[in-house]
Amino acid sequence: MHATGITPPQGVWWKPAHKSEKVWATVAFAWCMVLFAMMPVWHLRGGQNPSGIRAKVDPADYQARVQEFIRDYQVGTDAGFPVVAPPPGSDVYLIGQMWSWLPVVQLEKGAEYTLHLSSLDVNHGFNLYPFNVNFQVVPGYDYGLRIVPTEAGEYGVVCNEFCGVGHHLMVGKVIVVEPGGAGGAGAGEADGAAETTGASQPAGAGVESDPQ
Amino acid sequence: MRNPFRTCPTTGLDVHKDADALIKANAVAATVALLIGGATAVLVLLTRWQAVHLLSDVWFYRILTVHGMNMLIFFILFFEMAVLYFASAVLLNSRVAAPKTGWVAFVLMLAGAAMVEWAMFTGRADVLFTSYVPLKAHWAFYLGVILFAVGAILVTAIFFATLVVAKRENTYEGSVPLVTFGAMTAAIIAAITLLHGAAIYIPTFLWSLDLMHVDPQVYRLVWWGLGHSSQQINVAAMVAIWYLLGALTVGAVVVNEKISRTAFVLYILFISMASAHHLLVDPGFGPSWKIVNTSYFMYMAVLASMLHGFTVPAGIELGMRLRGFTQGIFGWLRRAPWHDPGFSALCLSVVVFGFVGGITGVTFGTEQINIIAHNTLRIPGHFHATVVSGTAMAFMGVTYYVIPLIFRKKIAFYGMAKWQPWVFSAGMLVFSTAMTFAGTFGVPRRHWDVTFSGAPFGVEYSAAVDLLFAVMAAGGLVAAVGGAMYIVVTVWSVFFGKPLGDEMTQSALAGTVPPGLYTRPFTELPAEPAKLKEHGRLGTMPGTMILVGVFLLAFVVYYFANWKLLSAMWQIG
Repeated sequence: MHATGITPPQGVWWKPAHKSEKVWATVAFAWCMVLFAMMPVWHLRGGQNPSGIRAKVDPADYQARVQEFIRDYQVGTDAGFPVVAPPPGSDVYLIGQMWSWLPVVQLEKGAEYTLHLSSLDVNHGFNLYPFNVNFQVVPGYDYGLRIVPTEAGEYGVVCNEFCGVGHHLMVGKVIVVEPGGAGGAGAGEADGAAETTGASQPAGAGVESDPQ
Repeated sequence: MRNPFRTCPTTGLDVHKDADALIKANAVAATVALLIGGATAVLVLLTRWQAVHLLSDVWFYRILTVHGMNMLIFFILFFEMAVLYFASAVLLNSRVAAPKTGWVAFVLMLAGAAMVEWAMFTGRADVLFTSYVPLKAHWAFYLGVILFAVGAILVTAIFFATLVVAKRENTYEGSVPLVTFGAMTAAIIAAITLLHGAAIYIPTFLWSLDLMHVDPQVYRLVWWGLGHSSQQINVAAMVAIWYLLGALTVGAVVVNEKISRTAFVLYILFISMASAHHLLVDPGFGPSWKIVNTSYFMYMAVLASMLHGFTVPAGIELGMRLRGFTQGIFGWLRRAPWHDPGFSALCLSVVVFGFVGGITGVTFGTEQINIIAHNTLRIPGHFHATVVSGTAMAFMGVTYYVIPLIFRKKIAFYGMAKWQPWVFSAGMLVFSTAMTFAGTFGVPRRHWDVTFSGAPFGVEYSAAVDLLFAVMAAGGLVAAVGGAMYIVVTVWSVFFGKPLGDEMTQSALAGTVPPGLYTRPFTELPAEPAKLKEHGRLGTMPGTMILVGVFLLAFVVYYFANWKLLSAMWQIG
């Protein structure tokens, strides 16, 4: 007779497992190996990995880089924020601070950039709307992510790490334009423009091209 | 000298009166924390539901901090302290090794909790549960957490000391019961967890007094050694309670001690690595570190949970079949005591924890898939299914047995108690599922206003999100009713309930306590067990084989659907 969970088992309880237990343990173990293999496989074959270029950075140095980035490539302003259009292949710097993202960035569809994220004060969270892409933004650390925008349009950057009472006001903007065209899209545009883009789409919906 | 023991008329166990008192004190403290956590849950819910948007921004983040601390730290840990005393002293017929130290620990935990509550309610700690440095709270907040943790570590030490005392004084024969073994697993994980807590809160306390520097990324690493590992104490304690409730309600057997105990050992070895789940899209760690840690070294802790997910229902099935419920594949399930709140709570806890909490947790904890889950509502959607629908539900279920067994009281409003697990679990299931779906639209967690009014740029979520918020609110409110039912029943039973006599027959007790107490399946084993029938490839536990097959299918589908979703994102690397 088996013991219940509240009675002390007597004698030697290290006994061979039941047949169905063996079957399930084998299946579960095999599934765990699939789960484990998927991550390295995606590093080799997949298009979305959170590896990036990671470095410690002094917040003041990072701020200086952002200022330089804005000075070199600014093409306009939007809602009081500089709109910056760096050339394809370049480094893009985004700064999170209580409670805004600086600057507004304009990218070309299909081009690769290195998007640097850091914070001047507390932790922030980078969330790209309506694509559901999320990264942690930690003060003192530079997270450089190689990105290729796959769809033209205007994107919101929502802060999704609690950063104080103004947290919900912290929304930035990324503009993606067709290659070679439509420079200076930011200058003097209406603030409400972002609301019309992809507003009613779920994350990832409407993407036709395979990013891989 | 008075006899320090009483003999339990239900189980025949000798119960140490100090253990009795310590269990009662910790259980009452846990219920108070649950009450605060539950009331604040409703306030948070009614604020996030944008149609109501109850609290101001300041009070929303403040109350959210209160909700997190009370539920995830105070309620859970006080209850687990009670579980540790029960699984050591009561189940092993032993005395508590150091009852006076137990009371010191209780007072320390109470004082620590009070300091934290004071700091939070007076607006001195608007830093949320995680209190990520460099967001700064009043030093009393950090000191309170430290005192609470020191108290909890003392109880853990008393638990181990009691195991030694019981062994030395020969209070039981054979090996410790599986439930005690599971509680020991929880205690070992608790020791690991609380040491992480000390390692991060002591420096942070000093930082709050401007005495040292704490790196924000190092804080996140070590803090999650506390924050996530403490949820792994819950998992181990919950699984131990699954085995306990199985035994108490239907006389579930342990199909194989080796398998179940090995699975607990896998928890001890690997589960603490899960703190990496929170750091997968952080700048401080490379891919190798992330893969090895987030997978608990090749998913060995997931394997453990999948083993328990089999052995718990298999033990119930086998226990029922041995007692004569041998009809067909699912006859044992049909004829199970679904009206027993201990049994329904057990089953609902297993199912929702596994199907919703477990599957989403492993999926979101995948390095790359975390890109489309981190800090969205998918995360609280996941952990409400584990910690609330799983752990809290199991804790509630066992309370219906603890009240008669330890408090020696009848269950007040027993008719309501029978419905409580169903109401609570159904509400939480709707709530956490809606929350998880809202998160797939990118809706952030911990956010006062997702209409972003006043922000420089507009972001407008799909109309589906509004609907999901309404569903979340409906489910959450139903769950709150279920929580209130639990508190009414337990508080009334404990403080105003009718005492239980010594007569343990059905005629004396029916309708006032769960039926497991007078049918006593855990003591009344059948003299001649029913003959087990092989069902071909499904073996002697065919129902469980089918149930776990359905589970695996759901797991595979959800997991790969998320990879598909991820592949539609921008290229990132």
